Amino acid sequence: MAKYLLLKHYRGAPAPVNDVPMDRWTPEEVAAHVQYMVDFAARLEGSGEFVDSQGLSPEGAFVRYGGEGRPPVVDGPFAETKDLIAGWMVIDVESRERAYELAAELSAAPGAGGRPIHEWLEVRPFLAVHSTVFD
Amino acid sequence: MNEALLRELVPAVIGVLVRRGAGFAAAEDAVQDALVEAVRADWAEPPRDLKGWLITVAWRKFLDAARAETSRRDRELRAEGEPAPGPAESSDDTLRLYFLCAHPSLTPASAVALTLRAVGGLTTRQIARAYLVPEPTMAQRISRAKRAVAGVRFTRPGDVATVLRVLYLVFNEGYSGDVDLAAEAIRLTRRLAAMTRHEEVAGLLALMLLHHARRPARTTPDGRLVPLAEQDRGRWDTRLIAEGVDVLQAALARDRLGEFQAQAAIAALHADAPTAAETDWVQIVEWYDELVRLTGNPVARLNRAVAVGEAEGARAGLAALAELDPGLPRHTAAAAYLHERAGDPATAARLYAEAARTALSLPERDHLTRQAARLNARPRE
Repeated sequence: MAKYLLLKHYRGAPAPVNDVPMDRWTPEEVAAHVQYMVDFAARLEGSGEFVDSQGLSPEGAFVRYGGEGRPPVVDGPFAETKDLIAGWMVIDVESRERAYELAAELSAAPGAGGRPIHEWLEVRPFLAVHSTVFD
Repeated sequence: MNEALLRELVPAVIGVLVRRGAGFAAAEDAVQDALVEAVRADWAEPPRDLKGWLITVAWRKFLDAARAETSRRDRELRAEGEPAPGPAESSDDTLRLYFLCAHPSLTPASAVALTLRAVGGLTTRQIARAYLVPEPTMAQRISRAKRAVAGVRFTRPGDVATVLRVLYLVFNEGYSGDVDLAAEAIRLTRRLAAMTRHEEVAGLLALMLLHHARRPARTTPDGRLVPLAEQDRGRWDTRLIAEGVDVLQAALARDRLGEFQAQAAIAALHADAPTAAETDWVQIVEWYDELVRLTGNPVARLNRAVAVGEAEGARAGLAALAELDPGLPRHTAAAAYLHERAGDPATAARLYAEAARTALSLPERDHLTRQAARLNARPRE
């Protein structure tokens, strides 16, 4: 088994097919979208492939070390051009093909008009914590 | 309560319940429940017949569950009352469980999880933590696996190779959570080897013992990988090596070679060398030839190319490597190593950096990055 991160973007991913911003959907369409996500996670738990799912606030800042005895340097809020992550799901699956299959399924979440968004999800493999013996 | 002692008893107790008419899935659940009760019991003095106690409690748990499930009324009637004396339980029960849990209808991950629970006696929580997934996810993986083998007859042993693959997967998972999976894999393989005379079971056991013997030297306390040639051989576990070599020699004497025996033979040759420079690379290459002949495995071919580099010189190793698919895992790392040995540090540094980008684990990525950094920091001539 291998773990993969399915990354959702507010900004920075290529434009989806059904590209209507969420605040232009009807409340029912928003509810249907959220329900799809919940059901998807529940189904993955049932198949023994679910690890974690989290959403992120679009608010945030860049922070770095300011030097000995100095406060952290804060730069933000993020510029409009920044790649902006909306949330993720972590899955534990048999193969990369399976990870892609699940990403595609998640990307089919309904949007405006109840049609699939075809949203682009970034799929990233985790590095294993252990190294297998190869000496 | 001695948890290790309890866990030893799990497969035999499952076997007894199945013999008394419980289905495998229900028997396995009942034994887990009994196990939890035993751990909670906190006896001043544990029952003298611990196995008898576990059987009694597990059987009661099974009856309770069967009663609770009204849709299973038929089975309940049959299971009611004192069990028929029946045949005494035998060590074959445990052996059959190995095969059932590694059944070819299961995905590797399901087989691993089911083996650890039903044969290893680990709890779902322990298995979940070892594989870094939430407990409900692991619970589902296990119950799906149990459903998948629900129709399999408990009496028929299958191909031992499927069991060995599962145990090997567990061994390679290493150590995370509160369970040392490598040690657990050795325990389960040792037990399997005591029940069957199959040469490859012995071969796998020997391989595990020989690799495990080097574990203390394989990483620094802060987690850095130490390549074989640089390991402090004084930290290798000589007792495990001696046992591994004994097991391997007994298997090889029966003259039915298989891939695990061949891999163990290579590990034994490394273990046998007092220093890296004294390694018998010519013999190691011969064993890799056997391994390639037995499996055709591309990873074996890659390792063979590195061994050729040691036995016949780096140029010969690079020539052997050139015949292989460059997309193989660790191909670039092997090329980097051989280029350095061939006296081309600039190419080696570039390849090490490239290999780091495609590494599959954190320790490996960091190791390869350090190799690139070491070569890039060398004085320019």
